[in-house]
Amino acid sequence: MSQTDTTSGALTALSIKALHQGITSGQFSVMEVTKAYLDRIERFDPALNTYITVTQESALKSAEVIDNRIRAGELTSPLAGVPYALKDLYCTTGVLTTAGSKILNNFISPYDAHVATQLKKAGGVLLGKNNMDEFAMGSSNESSAYGCVRNPWNTEHVPGGSSGGGSAAVAARLAPMVLGSDTGGSIRQPASFCGITGIKPTYGRISRYGMIAYASSLDQCGPMAVSAEDCALTLNVIAGFDERDSTCSTEAVPDYTATLNNPLAGLRIGIPKQFFAEGLNNEVATIIQAAIKSLEAQGATVKEVDLPNSHLAVPVYYILAPAEASSNLSRFDGVRYGYRCENPKDLTDLYKRTRAEGFGEEVKRRIMVGAYALSAGYYDAYYLKAQQVRRLIKDDFVQAFKEVDVLMGPCAPTAAFKIGEKINDPVAMYLEDLYTIPVSLAGLPGMSIPVGFTQAGLPVGMQLVGNYFNEARLLNIAHQYQQMTDWHTRMPAQFV
Amino acid sequence: MEWEIVIGLEIHAQLATQSKIFSGSSTAYGAEPNTQANLVDLAMPGVLPVLNKKAVEFGVKLGLALDAEIGKRSVFARKNYFYPDLPKGYQISQFELPIVGKGHLDIELEDGTVKRIGITRAHLEEDAGKSVHEGFVSQSGIDLNRASTPLLEIVSEPDIRSAKEAVAYVKKLHSLVRYLGICDGNMQEGSFRCDVNVSVHKPNTPFGTRVEIKNLNSFRFIERAINYEVQRQIDLNLEGKKDQIVQETVLFDPDKGETRSMRSKEDANDYRYFPDPDLLPVMVTDAEIEAIRATLPELPDTKKARFISEYGLSTYDAGLLVQSRDEAEYFETVAKSTGDAKLAANWMNGEVAARLNRAELEFEQLPIKADDLVGLLKRIQDNTISNKIAKDVFEAMWNGEGTADSIIEVKGLVQITDTGAIEAIIDEIIAANPKQVAEYRSGKDKMFGFFVGQAMKASKGKANPATLNDLLKQKLAG
Amino acid sequence: MAAITIDEVKKVANLARLAVSDENACEYASSLSNILVLADQLEAIDTQGIIPMANPHDAIQRLREDTVTETNHRDEYQQIAPEVEDGLYLVPQVID
Repeated sequence: MSQTDTTSGALTALSIKALHQGITSGQFSVMEVTKAYLDRIERFDPALNTYITVTQESALKSAEVIDNRIRAGELTSPLAGVPYALKDLYCTTGVLTTAGSKILNNFISPYDAHVATQLKKAGGVLLGKNNMDEFAMGSSNESSAYGCVRNPWNTEHVPGGSSGGGSAAVAARLAPMVLGSDTGGSIRQPASFCGITGIKPTYGRISRYGMIAYASSLDQCGPMAVSAEDCALTLNVIAGFDERDSTCSTEAVPDYTATLNNPLAGLRIGIPKQFFAEGLNNEVATIIQAAIKSLEAQGATVKEVDLPNSHLAVPVYYILAPAEASSNLSRFDGVRYGYRCENPKDLTDLYKRTRAEGFGEEVKRRIMVGAYALSAGYYDAYYLKAQQVRRLIKDDFVQAFKEVDVLMGPCAPTAAFKIGEKINDPVAMYLEDLYTIPVSLAGLPGMSIPVGFTQAGLPVGMQLVGNYFNEARLLNIAHQYQQMTDWHTRMPAQFV
Repeated sequence: MEWEIVIGLEIHAQLATQSKIFSGSSTAYGAEPNTQANLVDLAMPGVLPVLNKKAVEFGVKLGLALDAEIGKRSVFARKNYFYPDLPKGYQISQFELPIVGKGHLDIELEDGTVKRIGITRAHLEEDAGKSVHEGFVSQSGIDLNRASTPLLEIVSEPDIRSAKEAVAYVKKLHSLVRYLGICDGNMQEGSFRCDVNVSVHKPNTPFGTRVEIKNLNSFRFIERAINYEVQRQIDLNLEGKKDQIVQETVLFDPDKGETRSMRSKEDANDYRYFPDPDLLPVMVTDAEIEAIRATLPELPDTKKARFISEYGLSTYDAGLLVQSRDEAEYFETVAKSTGDAKLAANWMNGEVAARLNRAELEFEQLPIKADDLVGLLKRIQDNTISNKIAKDVFEAMWNGEGTADSIIEVKGLVQITDTGAIEAIIDEIIAANPKQVAEYRSGKDKMFGFFVGQAMKASKGKANPATLNDLLKQKLAG
Repeated sequence: MAAITIDEVKKVANLARLAVSDENACEYASSLSNILVLADQLEAIDTQGIIPMANPHDAIQRLREDTVTETNHRDEYQQIAPEVEDGLYLVPQVID
């Protein structure tokens, strides 16, 4: 170490760009960075529970290899040597992959998810696998079979979900960047609750191959990091066509960093009036409005837009997602991998007990809802109807984007709530996602950036929604905002 | 009033692709268990299906051959049920929008009339794995090599009225898929499996309750199973126990000659079909359809008509020869090379068919090449050997003893046409049988056969029959 | 739509192969009913002529060339299986 300020605390405060520069200039090594993060995880994670698995040994091993390869000039990616963590629904060869469920408590994946391969190829160092709501079903991280995750800004509060392990890890700097997944808001809401930056790209932008499915027509991978710039650098590596996912787009991938510095003058911001209606916490509303004002000051124009069907998004989502999930989760049967019940007395008993014992309550509830919605006699009234209304919701957005470039509003109606507060009321928990779900149903890219704190010191995120495949614009806006503000670089005092 | 039998068939034809319908695993038959089951076939968490182009092409091919509507937009759905040979807990199949819509297939009945059987639809889907029971106590072993092998399920209208019609339909479809090269048709290996829906009723009354007989894998079993089931249903009707005929799925036990209810299908009544969100709608353009149409071979019905007009064959002979594409091509080679289509047809539907039948072989397994059969028939045509000797030569060829010419030479089977040699034989026989000669000459014409027999025997069958006849008549006339 | 009965819960649980006790069935009946009350908001929406949306992009299926790309990894894949013998996955007896 050549400079005195590169102590482990300082290393973990660096952006991905700074890490890359420091590593390539020989200021510090990948090994030093990796150790700095592993040290912090050891020190702080017991209080937060953001990791289900820490891959300490393999991280140290690959740090050494990557140091050599960078010196040999074999690795030039901006992510070379950068540590990262994956939500525990990304399959990783030889590493436990649980999806937050007991039913996969012994599942050592025999293969890598597409995004895991991409990050490996780029020379990233996998620190471990993040805690999550079981099978990504939840908005608070309380449904994990591996214990709830605590919000670094206030450990009595939830980090959001389902990518709550990852968002809390980034907030506490237990990883500079993680991959989450978003089905109905699972990147944006926890990013908002933890005061970090997260982007859910357009549906199909990133391959779902190797991502354990919740609801296939909605699931999308995305990065969560401190800044929009770090998200852009990551997206450059993971976005793009993969022939193993039939729903993955062939749309060309731009360099997301190239447009970060574009000016905001002339930007047309749309404010969906439904996103500021009854139910939104006043403090949150005020903070979001202030953020929008500051963008207006940069030359953006603001216009109210109408998404008349958005209030139907939650019911549509809670039919479609469980329906797909009920089928996606049928493969967990105790035959080829995963948990198997003791002494099954016959085949039916094997299935029923394995699944009843292996799945948690929320997962079972959604499987039941989904199976019911698809069952004979209800399919048209529930599933088909929901798919029709889904199109109405999408059409609202298509209409809105004829007049504006980006939509802005809250990610969630409140800041992070207390652990246990909503756990016994599933419907109240579902309504947490009312601003993020319409965007997921439409398949549009959405983002959360930190825009302030409540009186109680909890972060508030603003949601940006872009047109299809226009992630670059969202990252540009977010980056410009982050050039003017420092909300995203603040750290929870307890974990400095 | 007689009972009317109503039959509809669902045929599962395994498509002859190299790789599986949704993964790059091999579809080759007979591998060690689970060695051809990859991550997708095993339904590992996170894996996704990608559709095989060839499977779609094969579906369109069949649709065109059945003169059916082609599903220009077809959709894969999930059929949800739990079974250990179904690793995902759902089968990917086509439900509302299949690749092939309404079409038809003409079958020929025993009396020579043609009957048109409606095809309801044909859809693409994936096969399941297999359960192995032998060698386990109270457990089963699961082999997923077959999982995700592409299938076309071909569904007929309930237009079939007898077991014989059902067999004719299955045979015709079996022949068609092999013509098209989309299925190897191997019934033993399960490449072509039939489910038969059977019910009985009195004409002009509603259809009876239907029973589905699953997984019949030979033409003979199809006929026996239907006959058994029909009789069972008629008997129950006659005994006033009509309510004991319930809609169910049964298996046919060929050893006992009976059907029995399948327990595993008891609660499989609510499959919760919905479009598979991992797959997108499959679009086939008109241009693609026309390109596929251009690759279609001449199909059996067209070929049969041509054989009748071009070669002057009987309907019966032509019908037999077009059953398999290989056989029809074989025939044409032989007919053209010998210039005698009748001779070629007689041999193929006679000696060749009989020999295959005796050996229980399919035409494709015939050990004699077309050119070699031509070699044999040419020796009949040029009178080198008689038709009778030719049969012996054929047998030797079957046994791999060589070409017709080499066998004829080695065995010294060349026909004796030299009148001098034949006369010498006749003279000897006349001299040795004075009593029979006297009888013949006194008007007992029947004795002529005796002399032919003796002469043939003496010539070891090689005497040219026509020459022998002529000379014998002359000599006996004195 | 009407509230879900315990019998319906049991039927659906059987379809989904989830063991449920009588006590659980009661709980499911009420929580499922609550969720479906939420879903019943859709009933009033006029969706005549609206094409159901299965995928955000209304894209079409890409096709794979028919080539074998896989090799045998049985031993590796079966290392994580609960019970195998002679290369077969074992389950309680399957009765056709």
